[in-house]
Amino acid sequence: MAWLHTWAGLVFGWLLFAIFLTGTLSYFKEEITQWTQPEIVPHEVSDAVAAERAQQWLQANAPDAKRWFIRLPDERNPDIALTFNPAKGGFEQKSLDSVSGQPVQARESMGGEFFYRFHFQLQMPHPWGRWLASVAAMVMFVALISGIITHKKIFKEFFTFRPRKGQRTWLDGHNAVAVLILPFHLMITYSSLVIFMTMVMPASILTTYGSNTSAFFDDLFPAFKSAPPVSEAAPLASIVPMLEVATQKWDGSRVGLITVNNPGKANATVALGRNGADHIPHEPGTALMFNGVTGELTQQSSMTAASLLLAGGMYGLHMGHFAGPLLRWLYFLAGIGGTAMIATGLVIWLGKRRLKHAKSGVLPFELKLVEMLNVASMSGLMLAVVSFFWANRLLPVSFAARSDWEVKTFFCVWGLALLHAFGRVFFRDGRTAWREQLTLAAALYCLLPVLDMVTAGSYLWASLKQGQWTLAALDLTALATGVFLAWGALRFRGEALGVIASKQTPTGSNRTTVQEAR
Amino acid sequence: MDAAMAPAPVPEKRPRAPKKSAAGEVSMRWRLAVASRVLAAVIGGYLLASLASVCLAYFLPLLFQSSRAEAAVLSMTLSFLFYLPAVLWCFACRTALRAWLGLLGPSAVLGAVYACARWLV
Repeated sequence: MAWLHTWAGLVFGWLLFAIFLTGTLSYFKEEITQWTQPEIVPHEVSDAVAAERAQQWLQANAPDAKRWFIRLPDERNPDIALTFNPAKGGFEQKSLDSVSGQPVQARESMGGEFFYRFHFQLQMPHPWGRWLASVAAMVMFVALISGIITHKKIFKEFFTFRPRKGQRTWLDGHNAVAVLILPFHLMITYSSLVIFMTMVMPASILTTYGSNTSAFFDDLFPAFKSAPPVSEAAPLASIVPMLEVATQKWDGSRVGLITVNNPGKANATVALGRNGADHIPHEPGTALMFNGVTGELTQQSSMTAASLLLAGGMYGLHMGHFAGPLLRWLYFLAGIGGTAMIATGLVIWLGKRRLKHAKSGVLPFELKLVEMLNVASMSGLMLAVVSFFWANRLLPVSFAARSDWEVKTFFCVWGLALLHAFGRVFFRDGRTAWREQLTLAAALYCLLPVLDMVTAGSYLWASLKQGQWTLAALDLTALATGVFLAWGALRFRGEALGVIASKQTPTGSNRTTVQEAR
Repeated sequence: MDAAMAPAPVPEKRPRAPKKSAAGEVSMRWRLAVASRVLAAVIGGYLLASLASVCLAYFLPLLFQSSRAEAAVLSMTLSFLFYLPAVLWCFACRTALRAWLGLLGPSAVLGAVYACARWLV
């Protein structure tokens, strides 16, 4: 079982590190987007006003669309997000300013959406990225449970931490962080499988519904079932009175998503879904259905069955939409803990095997390969993440393909970090690779607030004057990360330290990657 | 883990240790056995989990008041709890052959139960 834990952890460790790191960032997806598009200023707008503006814009600009989706602004989303299917097919997205009701004039950027998408699609074509992420999730589940079985003295080891003892310290740290947030680890891993279960484990849908799998989704989510549009036209009723009905029906829960099927046609329907911030379970099937022409409530559906609450509850816990500021930070810290657990595991794997070669000081090829991948996947990814934020501030605001170039910067920097790690690990030593990458990353993270003040300082001051801390919080988090990385880089200073300590701390050189796992 | 504090090895129940040649190389036979276990875990485990979810989705609506969509959701949710021990079994049992038998046996039973139920009801 220890064997399984060791090897499953190694082979998928690098990928899981990237998934955990970007997933951790995704808990602040909306806040990151606010930072990358500082032009969009949050305003207090009532749901009714926002819905009215969205409806006006869509009626003027997308009257022949098959479907409209309207996401209303809330405390974390300053804009009105519109998605619609044009008659020619596909999807179009627009972001409306909640005050003017016109498309926002902001720099193009994927913002937090980029890290969120990467977390489960890995920048691969649909559906392969989701499959790979699901396979990684299953391996994580196996590694987690086999790790628990391997460490029988789990309670005792939780209170054991022996600092500055090399390999021992790493293992203590790995065990402590794993056990400390074990409920989070179990929840996040199991729920990640549940999120994509209809894709990865569809056998029971196929045997129950035959090849007609859309009937399964129609049963679950009646709100999204739509009839083909009829040719007869009819004006769409106002959405605002429907919001009032929803306020009566759903005590204390706001409307989140508005779906309009066949707008402008005689068989138009409007479905209202609840705002995910107001309850834990993810319940896309809970909806109020209205006749789109008369505005009458025709149907209401809910997801209160036990099995749907179980699956939806896990989905919701994973996404954390319901979390307020404090809980959101706890999610973030737990995510860092999970990332650190993976990082320490990778370091332990290499440290253990390095012991055998401590005398000669020369690592065999395969261990060098592992060290190269450790450096590139951990400090290299940290560099890639910060370069995304630098690109966001440095690329000209009016530059046409700037959103794509932010993403390209991310992957180019990651690729360069891999090349650098290759050169250093194979032609000098791993310590140099770690030191140089961590030093550069520390500088970039520490200077990010400075860059923000220089290039977008007016937005920062304006937001602080309004009492909005989002932009400043991201800058401060970057600064804290930079300080940690600088501390990490300092641990790799000088060659002599590693030689002296090599007897007792063969992996002392790698100790600091825990912090770097932010 | 401290060697002194580790429990005494129980060779009978543990997977066989890799047979190493005089040069310290792991034998080809051992490598193939590991590959076989990995295949058993991935494919055999998936088969077992799928069949378990198929049976659950079929029998839950008969036993409880639940719609077939709800039963399908629950069966998919729980299927991973069949996959996990299946994978662990493949690496805990003594030989690769046992790994395969331990998964294909229960899979055959589940498949037969489901086939009979479909045929009879």
